[in-house]
Amino acid sequence: MPLRLLKYALSKDYPGTRFFKAHETPKKSYDVVIIGGGGHGLAAAYYLAKEHGITNVAVLEKGYIGGGNTGRNTTIVRSNYLTPEGVKFYDASVKIYEGLSEELDLNLFYSTRGHFTLAHTESAMRTMRWRAEVNKHVGVESYVVGPDEISKACPQLDMSCSGQAPILGALYHAPGSVARHDGVAWGYARGADQLGVEIFQNTEVLGIDVKAGKVVGVNTNKGYIATSKVLSAVAGFTPRICEMVDLDTPIVIHPLQACVTEPMKPWLDTILVSGSLHVYVSQSSRGELVMGSSLDPYEVHSTRSTLDFVEGLTSHMLDMFPFLSNIKVVRQWAGMADMTPDFAPIMGKTPIEGFYLDAGWGTWGFKATPISGKTMAETIARDHAPDLIHSFRLSRFEDYELTGEKGAASVGH
Amino acid sequence: MSARLAKQKGEWINRSTAVKFSFEGKEFSGFEGDSITSALWASGEQVIGRSFKYHRPRGILSFANHDVNIMLTDGMDTNIRGDVVPVRNGMALEAVNTDGGVKKDKNRFIDSISPLLPVGFYYKAFHTPRKLFPFWENIIRKAAGLGVVNFNYPRILKRKKHRHCDVLVIGAGASGLSAAYEAGKSGLRVMLVDENLQIGGSLGFDWGGTQEAANLLKDLLAKVESLPNVEVIAAAYAAGYYPDHLIPVVTADGMIKVRANAVIMASGAFEQPPVFRNNDIPGVMLGSAAQRLLHRYSVKPFSNGVVFTANDYGYRVAQDLLEAGIKVAAVVDLRSDAKDGPLAAQLARRGVKTISGSCIYEVQPNAGKTGVKSVTVAEYDEKLNEALTRSKVTIDCDGVAMCAGWAPAANLLYQAGTAMRYDYGVHQFVPNKLPAGIFAAGRVNGVYALEQKVQDGARAASLALRHIGLGTPELSSVSPSNTAQSHEYPVVPHPKGKNFVDFDEDIQVKDFINAAKEGFDNIELMKRFTTVGMGPSQGKHSNMNAIRILARVRGVPVEQIGTTTSRPFFHPTPIGHLGGRGFHPHRLTPLHDMNHKLGAVFTDVGAWKRAAYYQVPGLSLADTVLAEVEAVRTKAGIIDSSSFGKIEVHGPDAALFLERFFTGSYSVQPVGSSRYTMLLDESGVVIDDGLAHRLADDLFYLSSGTSNAAAVYREMQRWQQMWQLDIGLVNVTGSYAAINIAGPLARQVLSGLVNVSLDESAMPAQSICEAEIAGVPVRLIRVVFVSDTTYELHIPTPQAAFVWERVMGAGHALGLKPFGTDAQRLLRLEMGHAMPGIDTDGLTNPYEIGADHALSLDKPDFIGKRSLQIIAKRPLKKILVAFALDAGYAGEMPFECNLVIRDGEIEGRVTSIAYSRTVGRVIGFAYVAPDHSALESRFQIRADSGALVSATVVSSHFIAMQK
Repeated sequence: MPLRLLKYALSKDYPGTRFFKAHETPKKSYDVVIIGGGGHGLAAAYYLAKEHGITNVAVLEKGYIGGGNTGRNTTIVRSNYLTPEGVKFYDASVKIYEGLSEELDLNLFYSTRGHFTLAHTESAMRTMRWRAEVNKHVGVESYVVGPDEISKACPQLDMSCSGQAPILGALYHAPGSVARHDGVAWGYARGADQLGVEIFQNTEVLGIDVKAGKVVGVNTNKGYIATSKVLSAVAGFTPRICEMVDLDTPIVIHPLQACVTEPMKPWLDTILVSGSLHVYVSQSSRGELVMGSSLDPYEVHSTRSTLDFVEGLTSHMLDMFPFLSNIKVVRQWAGMADMTPDFAPIMGKTPIEGFYLDAGWGTWGFKATPISGKTMAETIARDHAPDLIHSFRLSRFEDYELTGEKGAASVGH
Repeated sequence: MSARLAKQKGEWINRSTAVKFSFEGKEFSGFEGDSITSALWASGEQVIGRSFKYHRPRGILSFANHDVNIMLTDGMDTNIRGDVVPVRNGMALEAVNTDGGVKKDKNRFIDSISPLLPVGFYYKAFHTPRKLFPFWENIIRKAAGLGVVNFNYPRILKRKKHRHCDVLVIGAGASGLSAAYEAGKSGLRVMLVDENLQIGGSLGFDWGGTQEAANLLKDLLAKVESLPNVEVIAAAYAAGYYPDHLIPVVTADGMIKVRANAVIMASGAFEQPPVFRNNDIPGVMLGSAAQRLLHRYSVKPFSNGVVFTANDYGYRVAQDLLEAGIKVAAVVDLRSDAKDGPLAAQLARRGVKTISGSCIYEVQPNAGKTGVKSVTVAEYDEKLNEALTRSKVTIDCDGVAMCAGWAPAANLLYQAGTAMRYDYGVHQFVPNKLPAGIFAAGRVNGVYALEQKVQDGARAASLALRHIGLGTPELSSVSPSNTAQSHEYPVVPHPKGKNFVDFDEDIQVKDFINAAKEGFDNIELMKRFTTVGMGPSQGKHSNMNAIRILARVRGVPVEQIGTTTSRPFFHPTPIGHLGGRGFHPHRLTPLHDMNHKLGAVFTDVGAWKRAAYYQVPGLSLADTVLAEVEAVRTKAGIIDSSSFGKIEVHGPDAALFLERFFTGSYSVQPVGSSRYTMLLDESGVVIDDGLAHRLADDLFYLSSGTSNAAAVYREMQRWQQMWQLDIGLVNVTGSYAAINIAGPLARQVLSGLVNVSLDESAMPAQSICEAEIAGVPVRLIRVVFVSDTTYELHIPTPQAAFVWERVMGAGHALGLKPFGTDAQRLLRLEMGHAMPGIDTDGLTNPYEIGADHALSLDKPDFIGKRSLQIIAKRPLKKILVAFALDAGYAGEMPFECNLVIRDGEIEGRVTSIAYSRTVGRVIGFAYVAPDHSALESRFQIRADSGALVSATVVSSHFIAMQK
């Protein structure tokens, strides 16, 4: 048992202190206001303070921290994307994640399991090869493997998928990992708080004050805050925030659902994704199978669950693992995914001076939490986006220079 | 020692049929109708499980599937809920999550090192040094989890049924039965579902020493059964609420998806444990659990028990215990004014002492913590919420019945969007504003007294009928019970802890206090940090106490804390029930059997099964495909193309529709001709291509590739919604089979069969006519996809096999051979046709594939035109070129998707590549930089091994390179 747990056993008073202070009323002004207390917003606050010395920062969260898509995703971290720009960006995120538990001194259960994207058709195999080639080129450990190697990593998998969709091969991605999503938000919150950032929960932004094309403040349910720099990091609420500054984005909101089984002893060590069967699954450290599927096919700004989703997903799970018939699904939930036409995020400056956007995170936001925080912090501090996120700029849609990542989305959309 | 009572009225067991089974290697016997737990408890077994985290011995808590103290495996099934699963002959049961058995679980030492494992301990350690984390993670993963999965468990196919009804009543207790009866009297279709094996809810076990409840049950059952339009389904739980009153009802053999006009939730309440030290020792159970044991299974919960209560209900439990001949050592009542009440007086007359204003401070377990030895009772200060330990008394006993209050089973109400409020009268959340068509009755509505529950059910039914549109008079609402059914803070602090709130997750009072101290003082954050309510019972026995504790910690009223979001499922629901039979629709062409007879090996193309190639014994796959290609090049080949998309556009605006939808020009297209179609999206990306055949001025017949056909049709419908042109769209993909006859002898094959001339002048390339083959009307099209001379026949589906046989017969002597999609891909490559989806990706524009000729930019508008005009002004970044490897190349064969490399950087990629025997070279398509796109340019492909292979840009009409 690690010695650091001894203090809990030996102290008379519980030695824990607040992860972040309970601020109630914001000050009159801040250097930077971050809208959204999810992983991205909190990470940006942390890196603003840590790497750029900007500590007069308020993070405004409508609900509770990490309560949006940070706490709703299936926690997969990977960098096996399709475009060189995407691969480099997500690879930088993976590298930070690998040392993040130590940096934040919070065990995020960052668990490198290896990630298989199963291919059931020749056309899927082509995409896997394409991704593997680009990954290899950028120096990311991904390669195409055959059925034998998949079977070896997951002997329980029915390679014929009940005869419905025989597995021809897979893209194997060695760095593929899972992590405790809540912990990422809490760790960044604590790190930011310790450096002087103020975090406000139950604080809703009602309007953004723009004068002569420049941000001058935000209106909240707790009063007016003067600031010249605002970061929007609100995923599914991006259209609502952008409306406040009269900014158009090509983002549409689709619900993305997930579900979890009751705990069982560990048996699934890898992360498996099947595009044809619309399934991604891993086993959490608590022993639950965490499962997700495709986006709901319609635009809805809601986090309601549907029966349809869980019926389809479980049916396909049984094709892959027929022995799970009597394993029980405990809970299902949904998040609002902010989808972009090219399946790449929208990051950086906007035509409104002082309004920075971190959005378009669709179904791929959790894995990018550290690097998006870091690069957005730099963008805000220097008022200039680093090269790493140049391909994700909002203006690419006007310039017809999209960053096509649809082929790297985990399941069909 | 048997704890089985003599035969009791209404018991669920059948004493004439014994059931033999084993538990942890020891033989037991119970009766048919017993649950696993009741059979074991009757045999004196009280340690039936171990807790999740500390591995403490556990027995009965709720006995109602509101906890998972008792989780078993029979070697087959993984996490069996012993409390509610009937015992069966021959079961060989073991508790899950033990190391060495439930009695001697080696992990029981964890209980004694629990101070080392504070709330969220796994966040606080094991991550430094980083390289040791996998070691610790392995230990933690193995310690977590419950049962072991049986990889040989069969895939069970469960049925799904769809049902509609006017009123769905969930819960068949007093209020639910009453609601179903009152609604049923209208003659409408009523469904009444209840998760228990028998109908009646608490009427079946909460008797309070009288027959009143049992008689009421008999009466209500008779009334409900008298109505043929009321369907009663027992052993069926409503698993969740989904929009528009869709409620999946789960039974043992499947799922009934019920769509109701109105829903009455009469789902009752979960009894909540009071929180005190060692409240988890086997023998300490909820009062309702003791009553269920007594009245359903005729099993003594204990022999000499203490009732720890904070409401009047505890006195009913005490009466039932006494009626069954069980000794009640004392009633301990948290409320200070209880002693003088009539209930206490009734008990006093039977010799039972009531100790009011007091609490159980702790339970003393026996040696080994396998049962109760005694309890320590202390005065309780209801203001400070503390036990006053200066005046402790010890009472010997072997069990405790806990009756501190209830939490509404409001899961589905929450899921439906009900706004709840905390009622300070009953000290419970009750519905405040119900969504349309949703009604609540009984305990979930804060109504507890028998008569009032019946009235409340009738009231809810009257509202449901009014909602449906019947002019039923509205009944006045029933006031919630006037005495508090729940204690506002049934929590007894103890310096040594082990006062459990969440039994699934072993969460004690101090864990909440400490979590709040660390800033997790929002109920949602507290849930996530402590994991309260995240176990398999999803907070049924723990969420309410968690809310009460957090409210005290923060010093705010309970309603300010709120509740966590309730999500499906009400009970964890098997994957087999949800997944059902599995549904994998695929489409077979009308010629599938023909292909099969010819030895076709099929491949999936979209939803279709298509012949990939026709197996020839003794020939390798590569040679088979090359032979099929050779037949087409030298004689003739035939392919089943029935899966091609076929859409008819008819009406005065048909040509206009095509002009807007595709990039080309169709208004002046002559009848009888075919033209190329290219579809873009609004951003100018190539989506699909195909052919438009004009059959009449107002009729176009469109054909396109297999995989995009459905999507293209959908897009057409979407645009037509906006354009509202005077056209009709008919998807005739399934109405026609299609076959292609290709090759130099193709005309010869067909000429004797068709009633039209196939001469070059009569039937040039890109033309279509209506013809007949052996009396069958067909659409005859001259195409150039796989060879210069190809005829495509579109045949009404019923006649497809007949025509295929006639063609095969006519071609036999000429060497006509069937070919599949593998050969087709090579043939089209030799012909120089790039294919959307293979040679394009999600961002490719027409300029990048050299399709400028397909764009009629002088048209007023077409989908993607505006984007193209912008793209046209920008320099191209990549261009698709045809290439060939050097003649005689014998090195490593590159694959599709290998990268084109220039100066160590990515320049492009190979999209198609194959060896062509016809051409005698390896040929393909690749994206390269524009300055590499001129004929004769050389570029380099990086093969899998990393070797660079040189390629030369050539004309895309590869076939012309033939020696």
